[in-house]
Parts: sequence; C-alpha cells; structure tokens
Amino acid sequence: MSPGTRTKIAVLGVLLLVLLLVPILLPSAFHLRVAALVWINATAALGLALLMGQAGQVSLGHAGFMGIGAYATALGPKHLGLDPLASMALGTLAAGLLALLVGRPILRLKGHYLAVATLGLGILVHLVIVSEVPITGGPDGIQVPRLEFLGWRLVGPELWYGITGTVLLLAAWLALNLEDSATGRALRALHDSEIAASVVGVDVARHKLVVFVIAAVYAAIAGGLFALFNRFVTPDVAGFLRSIELVTMVVIGGMGSIAGAIVGAALLTVLPQALTLFHEYEHAVLGFLIILFMVFLRQGIVPGLAGLLARRRLA
Amino acid sequence: MAELVQLLFAGLTTGAVYALVALGFTLIFQASEVVNFAQGEFVMLGGMVTVFAMKAGLPLPLSALLAVLVAVATGVLLHRLAIEPAKGATVVTLIIVTIGASILVRGLAQILFDKQFHALPAFTGDEPLRVLGAAILPQSLWVLGGAAAIVFGLWLFMERTLLGKAVRATAANRLAAELVGIDTRLVLALAFAVSAAIGAVGGILVTPITLTSYAVGTLLALKGFAAAMLGGIGNPVGAVAGGLFLGLLEAFAAGWISSTYKDGVAFLVILLVLFLMPQGLFGRRAVERV
Amino acid sequence: MIRRRLLQGVATAGLLLAAQPLAAAEPIKIGSFLSVTGPASFLGDPEKRTLELYVGKINAAGGVLGRKLELVVYDDGGDANNARTFATRLVESDKVVAVVGGTTTATTMAAIPVLEDAQVPFISLAGGIEIVEPVKPFTFKTPHTDRMACEKIFEDVKKRGLSKVGLISSTAGFGASMRNQCLKVAPERGIQIVADERYAPGDTDTTPQLNKIKGSGAQAIVNADFGQGPAIVTRNVKQLGLDLPLYQSHGVASKSFIDLAGPAAEGVRLPAAAMLVPDQLPDSDPQKKVVLDYKTTYESTQNQPVSTFGGHAYDGLMLLVQAIERAGSTDGVKIRDALQATKGFVGTGGVVNMSPTDHMGLDLSAFRMLEIRGGTWKLLY
Repeated sequence: MSPGTRTKIAVLGVLLLVLLLVPILLPSAFHLRVAALVWINATAALGLALLMGQAGQVSLGHAGFMGIGAYATALGPKHLGLDPLASMALGTLAAGLLALLVGRPILRLKGHYLAVATLGLGILVHLVIVSEVPITGGPDGIQVPRLEFLGWRLVGPELWYGITGTVLLLAAWLALNLEDSATGRALRALHDSEIAASVVGVDVARHKLVVFVIAAVYAAIAGGLFALFNRFVTPDVAGFLRSIELVTMVVIGGMGSIAGAIVGAALLTVLPQALTLFHEYEHAVLGFLIILFMVFLRQGIVPGLAGLLARRRLA
Repeated sequence: MAELVQLLFAGLTTGAVYALVALGFTLIFQASEVVNFAQGEFVMLGGMVTVFAMKAGLPLPLSALLAVLVAVATGVLLHRLAIEPAKGATVVTLIIVTIGASILVRGLAQILFDKQFHALPAFTGDEPLRVLGAAILPQSLWVLGGAAAIVFGLWLFMERTLLGKAVRATAANRLAAELVGIDTRLVLALAFAVSAAIGAVGGILVTPITLTSYAVGTLLALKGFAAAMLGGIGNPVGAVAGGLFLGLLEAFAAGWISSTYKDGVAFLVILLVLFLMPQGLFGRRAVERV
Repeated sequence: MIRRRLLQGVATAGLLLAAQPLAAAEPIKIGSFLSVTGPASFLGDPEKRTLELYVGKINAAGGVLGRKLELVVYDDGGDANNARTFATRLVESDKVVAVVGGTTTATTMAAIPVLEDAQVPFISLAGGIEIVEPVKPFTFKTPHTDRMACEKIFEDVKKRGLSKVGLISSTAGFGASMRNQCLKVAPERGIQIVADERYAPGDTDTTPQLNKIKGSGAQAIVNADFGQGPAIVTRNVKQLGLDLPLYQSHGVASKSFIDLAGPAAEGVRLPAAAMLVPDQLPDSDPQKKVVLDYKTTYESTQNQPVSTFGGHAYDGLMLLVQAIERAGSTDGVKIRDALQATKGFVGTGGVVNMSPTDHMGLDLSAFRMLEIRGGTWKLLY
C-alpha cells in the first residue's frame, strides 16, 4: 500500500467515524444544525485547500462562488420555475464556467496580485446580489423553497445532517484522489516552483486552471447545499468576510492538507458558538485564538499536530 | 466645470485616505512581505482615541498626539507579540495572524470605547470654500496637505537618514542586509511603528469629514489593499498613486456612471489594469530564482 | 364571614405553597438574538442594554407570575445565518418561552421559520414590512414599518406644496428596503421620484450622488439609511449649498445624529416616535408618561442618550410580559393568543392595537413629524 493510499484511508475512515458519532453523542437539532454547517463549510474549504495548498494560489473572493451556487438555487425556482436541485446543478455549472472564463487571465497574476483580482471578482458577485433587489431580494435575503424528492419533502435536521455529511465525504474522497493522482503530484510540484514544474514538462497554466475550476465547483455546491438546508440566503454568503473566513479555515487547519481544511472549518464554525460564553469579549477572544494557533502551530493544526506526534515517536 | 471640480475633490479626499492606508501596507510589505490586514485598525485607533481623549477634556493637538502614540504602541505590540514569534512561518500564515490581530483590536475597541459613531470638529471651520463653482470643505485641504506632508516626510526619511537606508536595504535583500550588520528585527519593528503612525494620522485628519466608529477599519483595509495592489505593491509612489486613482474612480463612477455600481466599476478597472499590467501601475517585474 | 376569610386564607396559603418551589426552581426564559456588533450595532447595542436593564427591574419588582425572568442574549453580528443558528439554539438548547429580538429585517426573516415551526412567540425589533405581511401565526413586531415612514414624509412634502423628490439611499438592508417602499408608495401619494441615487454602507462622501440630484429638478431630498450615512448626506447637502428641504427617516432617531451632523442638521425633518420629544408632548398625550419614564431610566443608567431603537426592545419586552400575565401561562399558543389580543398598549413607539390579522398594531398616528431646530428636536405635528 502506498503512503498516499494509507493517508486516504485514514482520513476517510476518521471522517466517517466522526460523521457517525456526532448524531449519537449530540442528538439535539441545534447541534445537528451546527454540524451540518461544519460539513457545508468544510466542502467549500476543501476546494480552496486544493487551490491554496496544491497550487499555491490564494483566492480572496471564494465566497463569490458560494454565492453563485446559493443564489442560483434560490432564484431558479422563483423566477424560472425550475426544480431547486436542477437550479443548484445549473448554479454549479455557472460557477465552473465563470472560473474557466476568468481563470486564464486571473491566474496569470502572481501572489498578492492574484489575491486582489479574486477579491475584486468576489466583490462584483456580492455587489450584484445586493443591488439587483427585484431579482435577488437584496440585502434582506430571499427564501428558498423546500426540496421535494419523488414527492418526499426533505426536511429535518437529521436528514440534512446526513445529506451534507455524505456530500463532504464524497468531496473529500475526490480531493484525496486528486491529490494522489499524477495531476496532484504535478500540482504539488507547482507549489514549490512553477518554473521547475514547467521545465519537467508540467503544463502549469492548464493545471492551475483545472484546480481553480474544481475549487469554484466545490464552493458552488457548498453554497447550493447551504441554501437548500437553510431555506434562506442573504448576500452575506458571498461577502468579503466570508471569503476571509474560508481562507482562515484552510490556513488554520493546515495548508496543503485535506484533513486540515475540514478541521479548520469545524473550528471556525463551532468556535463562535462556544465563545458566546465570553459575551462582549467573544470577538477579542476569537482574534486572540487565531493568533495563538498561528504562532504555535504555524503549519496549521493537522500538520502541526502530526509533526509533534512524529517527533515524540522518534524520541 | 463645477461638477468636474466637485467630483475631483470628492475623489481626491477619499483617495488620500486610501493612499495613506496603502502606504502603510507598502512599508510593512517592503520590510517583511507581510500584507498587514490590521492596517485599517490603525486608522480607526487614530480617530477613536482622539475622540475619546477630547471627550475626557484634552485639547485636540494633545489628543491627536496621544492617538498616534496608542496606534504606534499597538503596531509595535503586534510585531513583538504576534509577527516576531511566528517568524519563519509562510507569508499566508502571517497574513492570517494580522487578520486575527485586526479582529482582536476591533473586539477590544468595541469594549473600551463604544459602538456609536463619532465626529471630530473640523480643524478650521465647516464653511465650504468656493473653487470654480464647486464647494470644498477646508478639512479636505487638511487631508490632502497632511497626506502630502507624510509622503514627503517618508521620502526624506528613506533617502536621507541611515535608518531609512537600512529599511531600504532590508527591503531589497534581507539576508544581505543582515550580513552587513543591519538589525532587521529592529527595521521590521520600525516599519510597523511608522505604518501605525501614518494610519493614525490619516484617521485623525479624516474623522471630521467621514466620522468614525470601532468598525471602520475593515473596509479601509480592503480598499487600501486594493489601492496598494493597483499601484504595484512594495512601491510607495505606486501606493499613493493607487490610492488617489481608486478614490477618483469611485467618485467619477458614482457621478457619471452609476452610484449603485461605483465600487463595481472601480474593481472592474482594477481587474483590467492587472490583466494589462500584472505588476500594477508602478510595480517592477520580480524575477523568480530557481 | 370569619369562616370564609379563614377558608380564603387557607386556599391562598395552599396556592402559595404550591407555587413557591416552582418559582424558586424555574425562571421564565426569554430568548434574544441581536446585532450587538457589526454594521447594525448602532441599533443592537441599545436594544441589548434595554432588555438587560428592564429584565433586572422586573425581577427586582417580583418577576412575572411570581417567577423570575431569565434573559438569554446572543450576538448575531448582523449575519442572518448566525441569527438562524442562534434561534435554533434558543429553541432547542435554551428552551425559551418566547423571543424578543432580531435587530434587522434579514436576521428576523432568517429566524422566523425556526420559531414558527417550534410555535415560539417572536417579537421582532426590525422595520421591514414583510415581517408581518403576510401575517405569520407566532411573529410580531414593534417598530413602525419603512412604508409608514415614506407615507408620512410624502404627506409632509405634499403639505409644503411640493411633488418632485430626489431619493438617496444606502444599499444596506434598511436603506434598500425603505427605498423600495418609497418607490412603491410614491405614485399613490402623488409624488414623482426624479432621482434615485444610492451609496454603499461605509461610504464617506456622497457629493457625487447629491450633485446628480441637484441637476434632476428635485424639490426635496429624502434619505433612507441609519447610522453614519445620514450624517454624511446631511453634511454634504450643506456643503454643496443645496437649498432643498431634506428628510431623514426614523432610522436616524437618536440624539447622536444631531451631534454627528452638526449645524448641517438644522431644518432637517423626519418622521419619528414620540420618544424623541417627551417634554414637548401635551400632558394629555397617553404616551407622555411611558416615554419619559423610559428615557430617564435609560439615560440615568447607561450614560448615553436614549434612542428609539432601545425603545423598540422596551415595547417588545413589555408587550410580552403583559401577554404572559394575561395568559397566566408560559404556553406558546396561549401567549400568542394573548399577544394578538393586545389592545391599547401604550409603548414608546405608539399605542398598539393588535389583532389576529395585524401583528404590529400601529398606524400612521404613531409617527410624529419632527424638525431639528437649534440643535434639538422640535415637534411639528
């Protein structure tokens, strides 16, 4: 068994175990809702983790793609009479196409220039959602119809916990396979040095574009799921702060680590709920914790802890 | 004509603030390659500390001085307690540290101050000046003049003082700078201190026009970052030009195209500029060594 | 006679005995989610202070139904998604009896399905008309709607013999919603909107937009926003020397607006609740006592001027407490029935008369038209 396959089995195994254990240990609808939000955020963060960790590219506008997925799911049924699920598929397609279209010129930019270009893209999406009130409902948000499947109404936190968890499991499985594939190895090479990668015959531009599109599709799926699960979306879903939050999830969990993205998403989704304990100090404490994590586990939680464990084993 | 002048001054005043934030970004970036997303919080501190010191009875100049000192102390602490301990981490990690710091500063500000908006009195009155049919606030001239003075002072410092040369040397090549005996840690601390001071002065100058609250930093950091990138990051001239250009773009887009989509127009132009000039308006092409 | 007294005494004692352990063991839990931080903290902060202040006062006076009140407040930061999560938490984990909260229309709308499903009475503190139109069984609200603000303003514009209005609004929730309502009711009121300019939240210069309104032939300017925006617009109107009547909305109804806008605020008119002018109300006004009481209590404990936003929270809490007392129960359906039977409740926002089809219970008379003169509010009518 190759080390890649072993990691894959370990990550998916642990994820499956957690997915099964949470509803047994924390069965209330509130806990299941927070858990479902974790799975949704983790799905979006996974895509970004591929882009950032594998291709070494930062996107500060990733929530824009989430917004496209979420709003397509909300608007399709309202304006076009489409099925919500079909709308979500269309939204995902649209996000992928947009990424493909703007990907080429944007990805020519390097480092922080890429960051500001993606930031601009995210802001444009957010601005359209906020401004086109008759279509999108504007800043006050819009209701999303209930999902019906073969005459069944899909409601209840348990059901959505299951759906979002399954999607995350699939997304993680695909991401891990991608990481372990020839393309994935090429991408990792790219993270280290673009010129070196192109010298050994890797089509740098094409791979970057592929990962960018995949990341956009992951975010759009997460956005669509969020809309269906929440049955209400506001422009916040596409906002700048959401984009920053997604990046923070990936970095805190561990850049270049699929498991890290999931851990980061879980931490940043659950933490605000736990911090309500601190009342007005909750934001100060959140900021403090982010600094603390980054100073003491600078590679991120998952690689950082793995490193600590490995060192202990050696000692 | 009157409309043109009006839009011009509106854009320049807003742009001057963006320029100062972008300049702060640039200084820290030059010294460390870190994009400091807590830069907007320095502007917030400048305005808020001045407001509350004046409420406590201090005169404006003393309050302003206190505000600059508080911001500088915050900047130095940010470097000592968060950036320095994380030394050796990747640039993205350091950026997340600064995001954490901005959340922390904002979180403390909302407790230490309050959540209301505040104004400062204009330095030399509210009566608008008539220029070619347009109405210009005297405070706008303070903002523009103050920004120009800061840029000039910074240029003098960089070109004419030993410390300034040390900063430039560190920016050009950190390892080489260390080899010739420059304390790069000190240089980096200095960059944070000066950036904080610039941000705070900007905050004090604009608060009579723009008002302030504990939460104004986020948006300024975003716009300042965009301005710095538009100009070409790491280039002080580019930062100032980028800031002014962004301010003008917003004003003219609001006046001539669509006030709803003015921010969209501004970011479209930024995207366009970056597609044509991937290093920004004044950026130099970096050579990647293999 | 004596025997009857005795019997009554025994019965009362028995009731007391039965009630006592219950009161000690089980406070009545009231939940709240507010935008205490974020862009609407300007509203959420006084709301939170008011709820905490008055829950403390009610408890000091013996509580409700002989039981103490327990307040659970969460800060949603203005994010609708957080609001929904906290609403779920209030229902599932905290098991609250009712909810008074929802600072913005977006956070309110996000929470409604959760609270409706759980049949928890919910009194929202947000302005949007869609909160109570169409009526939802368990959802109520205390503030005036933005449509009422537009109607009141247009009424005043007409009174001045004017008809062409230049609209300038923020793209954030409150501004966008009020802009919509104003555009909708303008034709009904014989008003022509000749300019429709917008600015983003956090914008610090609106002279480009006002310049366009200047050239549009507008006879009056209406600004829809709260917080920093209206102060900037008011200052910019003065700066440009636009000699047109300027109307603000009930969103600026706090003294800090006058402080922020400075001398430029002179002559600005706005529809607002009686709260801002308690001293100018005639003694016969039913609201006078309530409003004065709230103002003195708030200002003496919080060290900041009173705003109508905190007043919305006061009204919400009092409506709920009275409904619980009338219902004699903490059952959701019974409280709801009592709430919608509210008649003649005098709050800071106006006199409230609810019904199963009206879950706000205010009419245009709840709005007063004020003008800023000499740095303070002047009641016009």
